[in-house]
Amino acid sequence: MSAPAKHHLLEVKDLFVEFRSRDGVTKVINGVSYHLDPGETLAVLGESGSGKSVTAQAIMGILDMPPAAIPSGQILYNGVDLLTLSEEKRREVRGKEISMIFQDALSALNPVFPVGWQIGEVLRKREGKSRAEARKRAIELMDLVKIPASKQRVGDYPHQFSGGMRQRVMIAMSLAQDPKVLIADEPTTALDVTVQAQIMDLLGDLRRDLNMGLILITHDLGVVADVADRIAVMYAGRIIEEAPVFDIYEAPAHPYTKGLLASIPRLDMRGQELATIKGLPPNLAKIPPGCPFHPRCPYAQPICREVVPAKHVLGPRYSACHFAQEVVTSGN
Amino acid sequence: MATNYVSSAAAQHHPRHGEVLLDVQGLVKHFPINQGVVFKRRVGAVQAVDGVNFQLRRGETLGVVGESGCGKSTLARLLMRLETPTRGKAILEGRDIYSLNGSELRRLRRNVQMVMQDPYTSLNPRMTVGDIIGEPFEIHPDAAPRGDRRRRVQELLEVVGLNPEHINRYPHQFSGGQRQRIGIARALALRPQIIVCDEPVSALDVSIQAQVINLLEGLQAEFGLSYIFIAHDLSVVRHIADRVAVMYLGKIVEVGTETEIYERPTHPYTQALLSAVPVPDPRARNHREIIRLEGDVPSPANPPSGCHFRTRCWKAQDICATQEPKLTPRQADPHPVACHFAELRHPVR
Ligand SMILES: Nc1ncnc2c1ncn2[C@@H]1O[C@H](COP(=O)(O)OP(=O)(O)OP(=O)(O)O)[C@@H](O)[C@H]1O
Ligand SMILES: Nc1ncnc2c1ncn2[C@@H]1O[C@H](COP(=O)(O)OP(=O)(O)OP(=O)(O)O)[C@@H](O)[C@H]1O
Ligand code: SF4
Ligand code: SF4
Ligand SMILES: [Mg+2]
Ligand SMILES: [Mg+2]
Repeated sequence: MSAPAKHHLLEVKDLFVEFRSRDGVTKVINGVSYHLDPGETLAVLGESGSGKSVTAQAIMGILDMPPAAIPSGQILYNGVDLLTLSEEKRREVRGKEISMIFQDALSALNPVFPVGWQIGEVLRKREGKSRAEARKRAIELMDLVKIPASKQRVGDYPHQFSGGMRQRVMIAMSLAQDPKVLIADEPTTALDVTVQAQIMDLLGDLRRDLNMGLILITHDLGVVADVADRIAVMYAGRIIEEAPVFDIYEAPAHPYTKGLLASIPRLDMRGQELATIKGLPPNLAKIPPGCPFHPRCPYAQPICREVVPAKHVLGPRYSACHFAQEVVTSGN
Repeated sequence: MATNYVSSAAAQHHPRHGEVLLDVQGLVKHFPINQGVVFKRRVGAVQAVDGVNFQLRRGETLGVVGESGCGKSTLARLLMRLETPTRGKAILEGRDIYSLNGSELRRLRRNVQMVMQDPYTSLNPRMTVGDIIGEPFEIHPDAAPRGDRRRRVQELLEVVGLNPEHINRYPHQFSGGQRQRIGIARALALRPQIIVCDEPVSALDVSIQAQVINLLEGLQAEFGLSYIFIAHDLSVVRHIADRVAVMYLGKIVEVGTETEIYERPTHPYTQALLSAVPVPDPRARNHREIIRLEGDVPSPANPPSGCHFRTRCWKAQDICATQEPKLTPRQADPHPVACHFAELRHPVR
């Protein structure tokens, strides 16, 4: 919490998002809150469909509304609620203040334009830079993301780059306007381990050198342990636990997090049978009443079927579980 | 089939000493690269699998790891006879599977089954689950008498932990993990000896992965199955495999027991690969010595001369460009490795 002002760099407050269709309303984000400070890495973890990307899209202001709607909540950037801004103002924030690398980045590049042209595009269109200026900056950005021989390669096309290099191009594009917040949505899932490690190194270096706040969306518990400062765990459109990275791996305070950590095979621990989380991820069209995790939870009590658990604050962390204290003291 | 299949997994975990079931010798698959529209000219070849040797024993799991494009799926498809090799043999029960045809080939197909990577696209959306799992009986009518098939399919559903009453449902009514179970049930229908699993859990959520891995291990213990388990997740492979083969650009560069590969790797590529796997424990952060490989895997259409790994290897010498290192036991450790300068890394992980 180094920011001199009383605001966080970015703060999502009690956000709700739903999708409206002819079949009815699906509530996919149900009261999400998290915050981010400069130079910090927040990992957002959760299984497929838990709402990680939709939350990020809401922050970026790129949800299609309709069908999406935000019935309530705030997204504060330096204390200003982005949800109250005009589309024109929001466009200024996008890219310049908050930028994003997308989940399917590898297919997001346009095959018919050279990569340097695509990196510089936003500078020509939004900042009125000349072609030559944009090209110069594109080369600088390619150097920044460590693409070798940037001067020679600035005119190359996407298919001439490997997957890892294309991801670097995407990162360069997202950095073109010096954003203060970078949201990376599964930036390495499509890449091989050795290349994954290179990209995570790069993101870590950039965050430090540019003092950016980094939101890293992932389902990989290994990557998180390597790079995150804090972790927010999502389940059925809520944050069910948030904690500094060391605390969560040492002693999770929510049964879901605990189950996740127990169910991954680990290179440094060759176990016998793997622990599993029974049952299936929830169907968002009918989220169970009370605690959404109760049908799968080994700790569940009758109260869990009826009462939605509040946030239980435990020092620097919290858990949305009626029995947070018991879970955390039972260790990992 | 008995019904209590999934129980005694731990008791019979990883049986080691079965007889050799499958003996793969010098397997090569080159895909021609053609140019020209009217007169196709062969201008080169993708060397997808380039001289692979290994043995698979009864009741054993051989893990195959390596980066994207190194030839894992092509190897799987060769073993299923979905591709014809450019060269090489695979001996099953004393016969080269590539010399079989007619009824002998059908017998092979019963004996070797496959579980595919993508549970979302590998099942026909217009067939019921019963039809999908029962389809092998249509192709091999002698495997189960017609009147018995529905019962057999329901048994199979139960074996993989699905509700037998869901026999008439369609794939879209199941989750990813459940669909992967359907794929496994189908692979089990003909009681094969070998199941080739190509990335069977990669598309699944962490909380579901463990269920499928446990199921595969339980079935192996129950039926003495042998698995070829392909994955790019080294932690998953370590968990399930007895032996592991590491592939790079179409070749096996190192092979050994799970302990040999994970604790005493001697090939620089294996060492780099293992060092890059994130450990899910933040306390490991500054204690891991990560080997950062430069660059990416070269194209298999134009692999480097000599040792394929030399363009990314920090130990490469002149000999590495001129002489291909053989996959053979070396001084550093008794397990086979293809590197002129194989040595234990110190300290190892
Ligand atoms: N445009 C849309 N219309 C309707 N529903 C949507 C839309 N986009 C997302 N959803 C739903 O919102 C929920 C949350 O989706 P989201 O993409 O945020 O998940 P995620 O946590 O990012 O998952 P993954 O790990 O698979 O990327 C899902 O149930 C998804 O089906
Ligand atoms: N039918 C084909 N024609 C031409 N090239 C092919 C064909 N099938 C595979 N290849 C090429 O052979 C190489 C090996 O492919 P393969 O699918 O076996 O890799 P893999 O190890 O399974 O990779 P991944 O981890 O991405 O699944 C790749 O370069 C691929 O592009
Ligand atoms: S509130 Fe109850 S059901 Fe929910 S996680 Fe805690 S113990 Fe489990
Ligand atoms: S043979 Fe040479 S290039 Fe190949 S892995 Fe060994 S040292 Fe490296
Ligand atoms: Mg997502
Ligand atoms: Mg493959």
